Amino acid sequence: MYAYDEIDRTLVNERVSEFRDQVKRRLSGELTEDEFKILRLQNGVYLQLHAYMFRVAIPYGTLATNQLRALAHVARKYDRGYGHFTTRQNIQFNWIKLAELPDALADLAEVGIHAMQTSGNNMRNVTSDQWAGVAPGEIEDPRIWSELIRQHTTLHPEFSFLPRKFKIAITASDHDRAAIKIHDIGLRLIKNEKNETGFEVLVGGGLGRTPFIAKTIKHFVHGRDILSYIEAILRVYNQYGRRDNIYKARIKILVHELGIEKFSREVEDEWQQIRNSSLQIDGEVIEDIRSRFSYPAYEKLPHMPDQLRQAAADPDFEAWRKNSVAPHKVQGYSIVTISLKPTGGPPGDATAEQMDALADLADKYSFGEIRVGHEQNLALPHVAKRDLPALWKALDKLGLATPNVNLITDIIACPGLDYCSLANARSIPIAQELTRRFANHELANLIGRLHINISGCINACGHHHVGHIGILGVEKNGEEVYQITIGGRADENAALGTLIGPGVKFDEVADVVEDIVEAYLALRERPEELFMDTVKRLGVEPFKERVYATR
Amino acid sequence: MPLVNGGKIVDDSFVKLAVDTPLPEGGDILVPAERFLGEADALLKRSGKVGVIWPNNRDIAELVPYLGKIAAVALVFPTFRDGRAYSQARLLRERYNYRGELRATGQVLRDQFVFMLRAGFDSFEVKKQADAEAFMQTAKRYSVFYQPTGDGRITALHRRMQLRHSEGVGT
Repeated sequence: MYAYDEIDRTLVNERVSEFRDQVKRRLSGELTEDEFKILRLQNGVYLQLHAYMFRVAIPYGTLATNQLRALAHVARKYDRGYGHFTTRQNIQFNWIKLAELPDALADLAEVGIHAMQTSGNNMRNVTSDQWAGVAPGEIEDPRIWSELIRQHTTLHPEFSFLPRKFKIAITASDHDRAAIKIHDIGLRLIKNEKNETGFEVLVGGGLGRTPFIAKTIKHFVHGRDILSYIEAILRVYNQYGRRDNIYKARIKILVHELGIEKFSREVEDEWQQIRNSSLQIDGEVIEDIRSRFSYPAYEKLPHMPDQLRQAAADPDFEAWRKNSVAPHKVQGYSIVTISLKPTGGPPGDATAEQMDALADLADKYSFGEIRVGHEQNLALPHVAKRDLPALWKALDKLGLATPNVNLITDIIACPGLDYCSLANARSIPIAQELTRRFANHELANLIGRLHINISGCINACGHHHVGHIGILGVEKNGEEVYQITIGGRADENAALGTLIGPGVKFDEVADVVEDIVEAYLALRERPEELFMDTVKRLGVEPFKERVYATR
Repeated sequence: MPLVNGGKIVDDSFVKLAVDTPLPEGGDILVPAERFLGEADALLKRSGKVGVIWPNNRDIAELVPYLGKIAAVALVFPTFRDGRAYSQARLLRERYNYRGELRATGQVLRDQFVFMLRAGFDSFEVKKQADAEAFMQTAKRYSVFYQPTGDGRITALHRRMQLRHSEGVGT
C-alpha cells in the first residue's frame, strides 16, 4: 500500500476546494453549462443519459480497506447503493447529484481518493498489473514507478489540455495483465545487462474507431530518465497531434501518420534537450516512494496446509480454488481473484454491502489490501492458503465466489445504452444473457479460457477489438446490430480481432456465440488447445461457415 | 477585456495591430507573427515597445533570433481545450531563456491561471472581469506541485527530499 503524506493530502484537498468553487459558479449561473462542461470533465464528471456520472481513480488498482469503505459510503449516501468498476482501474457512480458532488469528493479525500485524471484530455489515471508486487517472477513492483508517474501526471501544467485523452499502463511481468499494448504509452519494466531498472517504451496503442497495437519506440529507457522520456513524447504530441477531428486526435494517429521512425526521431530530439534536467530521477527519490509502500509481514507458512487438504473434499470449493486462486510469490500465500461477473449480473458492479464486507474480509485475510483489475474483477493479493476455505465460504455468502475467472462468462462490457449517452446499442443485457447461457460451470470449464468483450459503440470502452470474441453494438436503420470479431487479445501477444461476417440482431447474439463455441469444441485438436489457439491455427473461415450456414 | 500583469489588473500599454493596420508613430504595439517577421527591422527601429502575437501552430523556435529585442510575446488559446501554447510558453522560458512579458490571450479563464503561471506566463488577457478580479485568490489555490517547470516552484519530490534530510534519514 502507498500511504499519502501531508503533501499528497494537501493537493487532494486543494483540488476538492477548487471543484467546489466550480460547482458553486455553475449552480449560481456564473458559468454556463458549456463552460462548466470542460471543468467537470477535468474531474471525472460526465453527463450521461439519465444523470451525472462520477468516475473516481484507483491508481494502479491498489485500494486500502478504508478506501474501499469510503467508496461504499459514496455509493450508499450519494448514489443508488452500488458502483461500477471499469476497465481502467476506476470506479463509476451513475446517479450522482451535481450539488452533492463536492461533498462526495471531500469524503473521498479523507482517505486519499480523488477523481483527478479520470476524464478530460489529459494524462489519465496510471494503470498497472493488479497482481503487482505479489506475482511470482515479477522483475520488481511496478507500482513504485506507477506512483512516480501518477504524481508527475497529476495536474500537469503543460499536458492538461492535450489533443485528446492519454493513457499510460505499466507491467513488470512477462505475462501482461495491464494491456499495455492498447495504451497510448505502454511501459514494460525490464533490467539491462548491468541489472539496472528501466523500461521498454511502447507508444500509439489504442482502440476506438481506428484501433492500433502499440509499437516499441525505444527498447530501453533507464529508470532515471523515464519522466523526461514521457515528457518528450507528450511535448511532441501536444504540439503536433491533430486537433481538427476528435476521431483523429489520439497519439496513435500521429504515430501512424508520421510513421514510428519519424515519430521516434522527433521524440529523441526533444528528449536529448531535456533528459539532463530536473526531470532526472535519482535513486533517493525512488527510495522515498518505495519507503511509503508498506508490505505485509508474511509468515513462514507451509505450501499445503491441513485446512486446504481437508477442504479439497468439497467439489464446490475445489472448483472455486482451481479457478480463482493463483500462485503468490511467497510460499503459503495465494492471490485470490474475486469475480464481479455473477450469472445474470452486470459485469463489474458491486453493491455498497459487498464493498464493505469485502473490506472486512481484506482486513481479516489480506493485510487490508484489495486490488482492481482491468477485467473488471477485484483481487485479494495476500491470502494465506490456510484461510482459503474460510474466505471462500464468506465470499460465497456475499455472492462473490462465482468460479468463472477467465472463463466465457468473465465478460468485459461497457455500460452501453443503459447509461451512456454515446452508446448506440445495449451491452449489459447481452452480457447478462451470455452469463445465463453459459452458467453451467462444467461447460464453461470445458471451454476453458475465453474472453468475451462487449462495446455498445465504436468508442470501444468494452475493448471489443481485443476480445477473444468481440461484440460491437452499432445502430443500423434504427435497430441495434452487433458485429462479431474473433481472435483479438490484449496481453503480451496483443492482436485485433477479425470480423466474421455481417452483423446480427440483438436477439441472435447469444446464439451466434454458442455457435462459435460449438465450432471451437468440434475443431480443437485436444482439450488443452485454447480457443485463441484454434482461431490462430485455422483462421476465421470455419467459424464463419458455422455461424452463417443457417442464417 | 481586463489585463492582469504582476498579479494586478492594469492598463494595457500595447495596441494590437492587424496584418494591414498602418503603423502608428509611437507607442507600444503587438504585431502578428507574420507581419513581425516580414518587417522586423522597421518595427524594432520605432520608439515604442514591440511585442509579437505568435500563433499556436507555428514553431516558436523561429522567434528565437528576436527574443532579446522584443518586449512581449502573446501566445494564443483559441479555445480553453487547445493547450499547444503551454508547450510554447515553457520552451520560451526554459529552453530559450526569454525573460520579457509572456502574455496569455484568447479564451483565458480563471481555471487555467495556475497552469499558465507554472508554464511561465506572467500576463493574462482575461475574458471575464470577475475572473480577473479573482486572479490573486485563484493563483494561490494550489500549494503543492508535482512537476518541475521553469517557474521555480519547489516540487513535491524535492520537498520530500528536504524533509528526509532535515529528519536525518540515513544518518
